Amino acid sequence: MSQNSLNSPPQLDAASSGKTIAELEDIARKLRFKLIEMSHAAGTPHLGSALSCVDILVAAYWKTVRINPADPSNPFRDRFILSKGHAATALYATLAARGFFPADWLDSFARHGSPLAEQPSPGCAPGVELATGSLGHGLPVGSGMALAGKIQKRNYRVYVVMSDGECNEGTVWEAALFAPANKLDNLVVVIDYNKWQATGRSNEIMNLPSLRGKWAAFGWEASEIDGNDMSAVVEALGKVPENGGKPVAIIANTVKGRGVSFMQDDNNWHYRIPNQEEVQAAKKELRIA
Amino acid sequence: MRNAFAKKITELAKQDERVVLLSGDIGNRLFDDFKARFPSRFYNCGVAEANMMGVAAGLAMSGLRPVCYTITPFITYRCMEQIRVDVCYHHVPVVIVGTGSGLSYASLGATHHSCEEMGMLRLLPGLTVLAPADEVEVRGALEAALKSDNPAYIRIGKKGEPVVHKTPPEFAIGKGIVLREGKEVCLLSAGTILPVALAAAELLAQKGHSTRVVSFHTVKPLDTELLAEVFGRFRVVGTVEEHSVLGGLGGSVAEWASELPSSPARLVRFGTRDEFLHLTCEQEEAREHFGLTPQAIAAEIERHLR
Repeated sequence: MSQNSLNSPPQLDAASSGKTIAELEDIARKLRFKLIEMSHAAGTPHLGSALSCVDILVAAYWKTVRINPADPSNPFRDRFILSKGHAATALYATLAARGFFPADWLDSFARHGSPLAEQPSPGCAPGVELATGSLGHGLPVGSGMALAGKIQKRNYRVYVVMSDGECNEGTVWEAALFAPANKLDNLVVVIDYNKWQATGRSNEIMNLPSLRGKWAAFGWEASEIDGNDMSAVVEALGKVPENGGKPVAIIANTVKGRGVSFMQDDNNWHYRIPNQEEVQAAKKELRIA
Repeated sequence: MRNAFAKKITELAKQDERVVLLSGDIGNRLFDDFKARFPSRFYNCGVAEANMMGVAAGLAMSGLRPVCYTITPFITYRCMEQIRVDVCYHHVPVVIVGTGSGLSYASLGATHHSCEEMGMLRLLPGLTVLAPADEVEVRGALEAALKSDNPAYIRIGKKGEPVVHKTPPEFAIGKGIVLREGKEVCLLSAGTILPVALAAAELLAQKGHSTRVVSFHTVKPLDTELLAEVFGRFRVVGTVEEHSVLGGLGGSVAEWASELPSSPARLVRFGTRDEFLHLTCEQEEAREHFGLTPQAIAAEIERHLR
């Protein structure tokens, strides 16, 4: 943090922030296959949910979140919360690829004694900010972290990624009322709007539309993007205003199971676990050597 | 009690700049002094207790010492999962203060009663559960809770409760305070019911039954040293609380005592029955309804001494 004031977050390293969109897309493609392998090896569900948010995590961790993987507890760091804890494989694989912990930890995922449980536990691995898995917790806690930054005059930001199904939870809307009232412009929520929740279409089970309209009406700086378009995600995350007075909501339209033709927009992959043939087919589609 | 809380939290906020006060849209004017002195450390979180608890956890994870305050049922039942996951699972030092506990707001109906919350909260791993008896103990409990790195729940009354302690006793979490010595009967009291326990002891003494009274303000962790001594010596041990006989102080002591190899003592639990209070009444009458009067307690103890 050489040139920064003492209260500022660490700078992103150039090797990360200098990545081109094509390079980030390449990282995302490889991560997607990693998630498929992890789901297959551990026999764990929620693959579709993990695949839909990969581009958001890559854009965040390589281009946006000011955190040094070698110093993950720095009190001035930006905070990133994956509130949709069922997509934990996406977080673990991203953190490992970004150097927060050794990549071979991923091999132990969900196995007896592994630091990486099926959904994150408190302090389970460097870079994991919050134990999630019960929906609707990330935004209130993230709001608290953002408020702490204001109270302590620290210039970090807090990023919370939620699912669209998660927006069924009342606490999401309590926090949506709280954050603008307290002018938490250091808080960014990204909604991975893949249009599915566990057992059906999210727009039908509850009256979600217009999500952007709802967040805007609640007093957030709300925008809508293609959440699987790397350049759009990078641009949206990079546009977060300094001292804009309002928290930011990015409605990221995504596709559940994104990246593999036979998983895309098929909600069976909320629970289904890929077999060996499906892993091989996905590998081919994702052009993994 | 709530005025003592407001004054003490203001004093503690002066000593420790990490202290942040969150209110669930309650305490009209109560915190004016706090707000005037520490405007950036008071937040009215609105009628949204679950969010308030999550916010408190986020503050605590960032190095601050949040204290959350609103009416007991709403800061406990309403946000039980946030207390469990955000606060206790992460084991962060959030202090949860419930006002109007037990039957304090009897006349408002059972939505405003809390006779089950200690039983629910004490099941949460790592959470300290405190039931101070008067404003002196409120000050002690708050100071002790804020000094600790553990999350804590403090159940307080409303206003105008009698002050029991003429001089402030040493308040330590998990250490009961003996108010009156005795040899035959021991009453362990949690919370604002303490004067009732003391009056019951006086009635028993008049009948020749020497009675010890302890302010057993910490329901978790239990003062097992004191319990071991008490259960080894007394003929009857009574627990007294404005809470269900299930799960609170009486429930905790019963669980603990069930593992004793043998004891001369008989345990009698005084508290509310396993039912909602449907009677329209004030706190005193509600206590009477549940047998929480000096006369009723003394009579029941005497029955066990016969």
